[in-house]
Amino acid sequence: MSSVAINRSPGFWKRLSTQRQLLWMSLPIVLYVILFTYVPLAGWTMAFQDFKPTKGFASPWVGVKWFAYLFSDEQFVMVMRNTLAMSFINLIFGFTFAIGLALTLNEVKSKRLKSFAQTVSYLPHFLSWVVVAGLVSTILASDGVFNIVFQWLGIIKEPKIWLGQPKAFWWIVGFTNVWKEVGWNTIIYLAAMSAIDPALYEAAEIDGCGRLSRIRHITLPGIKSTIVVLLIMNLGWIMESGFEIQYLLRNGMNADYSQSIDIYVVNYGMRQGNYSLATAGGMFKSVVNIILLLMANWFSGKLGEEKLV
Amino acid sequence: MKMRFGGKLYLSKQSLLGEIGFSLYKAVTLTFIVLVTLYPFWNTVVISFNQAVDTTRGGVYLWPRIWTFQNYKSIWVTSNIPHALFISVARAVISAVLNLFLTTMVAYALSRKEFVLRKPFTLIVLLSMYVNAGLFPNYFLIRNLHLNGTFWVYVIPTMISAFNFIVIRTFIKTIPESLFESARIDGTSEFRIFLSFVLPLSKPVLATVALFVAVGAWNAWFDTLLYNSAKPELFTLQYQLMALLQQSMNQSKSAADINSAGMAANIIASTVTPMSIRAAGTIIATVPILIVYPFLQKYFVVGMNVGSIKE
Repeated sequence: MSSVAINRSPGFWKRLSTQRQLLWMSLPIVLYVILFTYVPLAGWTMAFQDFKPTKGFASPWVGVKWFAYLFSDEQFVMVMRNTLAMSFINLIFGFTFAIGLALTLNEVKSKRLKSFAQTVSYLPHFLSWVVVAGLVSTILASDGVFNIVFQWLGIIKEPKIWLGQPKAFWWIVGFTNVWKEVGWNTIIYLAAMSAIDPALYEAAEIDGCGRLSRIRHITLPGIKSTIVVLLIMNLGWIMESGFEIQYLLRNGMNADYSQSIDIYVVNYGMRQGNYSLATAGGMFKSVVNIILLLMANWFSGKLGEEKLV
Repeated sequence: MKMRFGGKLYLSKQSLLGEIGFSLYKAVTLTFIVLVTLYPFWNTVVISFNQAVDTTRGGVYLWPRIWTFQNYKSIWVTSNIPHALFISVARAVISAVLNLFLTTMVAYALSRKEFVLRKPFTLIVLLSMYVNAGLFPNYFLIRNLHLNGTFWVYVIPTMISAFNFIVIRTFIKTIPESLFESARIDGTSEFRIFLSFVLPLSKPVLATVALFVAVGAWNAWFDTLLYNSAKPELFTLQYQLMALLQQSMNQSKSAADINSAGMAANIIASTVTPMSIRAAGTIIATVPILIVYPFLQKYFVVGMNVGSIKE
């Protein structure tokens, strides 16, 4: 009774009028979503104007001036390099460490030990980036524990101010992301692993397969489709290198390596009041994101995996 | 990590060594993970309780050398933390309540198969996950709505998230249809059904979503910077901590240049340092998360699994 197709139904308006209660429960919220998500898209016109807040949308039109400026701006090239570099580091670290940890946890026999390790490793996911940045700068301070350990291991001779080392910044961000999210990211792999038939492991064990070959021939193939889908979808977010951690840890010394596209947008908009250029930068990012996402989704379908959009 | 040799007599010497090596690897990895995750907190706790000037001499890693509450005292007084704490709690609680109520209501309405506008409305909500106009278009919307400079800028722009919508709707679909049917035959209105059946029955998933929303609201700070940086009475705890952090970063930068002499005089003059203040602030902002974490932990795996089921 309830599955009658909409277009074949006798009268749309008649049916809607009997469903007024459902309409009142959903319409205001849908309008709210339209207002807060889709209406701001109209603000993209700012990218094609010399936007002045006092004049609003009556500001003069300038065509693609800001995009031309963007792509010829040396700073923007640098910003793109930083964004992509940090994204790739996050992507590769994110996958390898999470899969590695999930494989390890999956082999832990003791339930209590496993759940203790999981509980601890999920915790940082719930902390704010401000707290994480506070912890990172304490650890990396010139008299911080990181310097002590590295000196003790003989990797460095003198304590360094790590956040003042431009070239170290990408890696600091990469490892901080691992620290915060590695445990959380194992959840999805562990779920996929728990769906693998235990009989496969038993059979392999009887056949004399060692641990590593069981992992290679049973566990990894069992989570392959999860890995592929996540990898493809994450490629769709390659323009998102994160914003908060870079914003919080950047300083004058690491500026050339810490400025990501989001920080560029904030700098031009908030500091210099150049909303048009900031919007052009943001719009460029959003459009590339959407194109990559659609491509990733299409590719995921091609590989016979579940489409996510 | 027990080794059960009994059942594995057929193991060759080589694979026995492999087993031992693997157990060793597991023990080392898990110990490393636990230590690396927890030590930064411990280090920060220790610094926050250590006398500030003494901390700058270095070597405070495992236990405070000179105990003090001065760091906490001065942060409590100078940054008006109690008020920021109040704003942060209010924001987290109000956001969670509004999110739950509104998201569940729309999820219920859009889970009704006979609703003629179900498909277009669902599409509008779901696509919002992928659409983002960017910082300044959103900024001007907030300004045009006169939400900036008010408490409500913390709540109103984030009342619905497409992800939570999927999670809640997936759960509602598991509630047996017959339950609603009989109520409807009795002439109960849809809104009434939502209030007295859907909300109470969805408790487990709502707990998860509430905690996620509350943690997200608690952890946010950029909206304060963007919209309320001229209103100290609306500063949140995370924003205050962010300000402390930026301050200490800038000072340590100059300290690095000057090094000993000038800096030392500066520090001796005051009883606290940016670093110890930052440590105390970090702990204050972390403790509430640690308090809710056991509850959070009970639910989030359930929530994640529900959320990963697509229609």
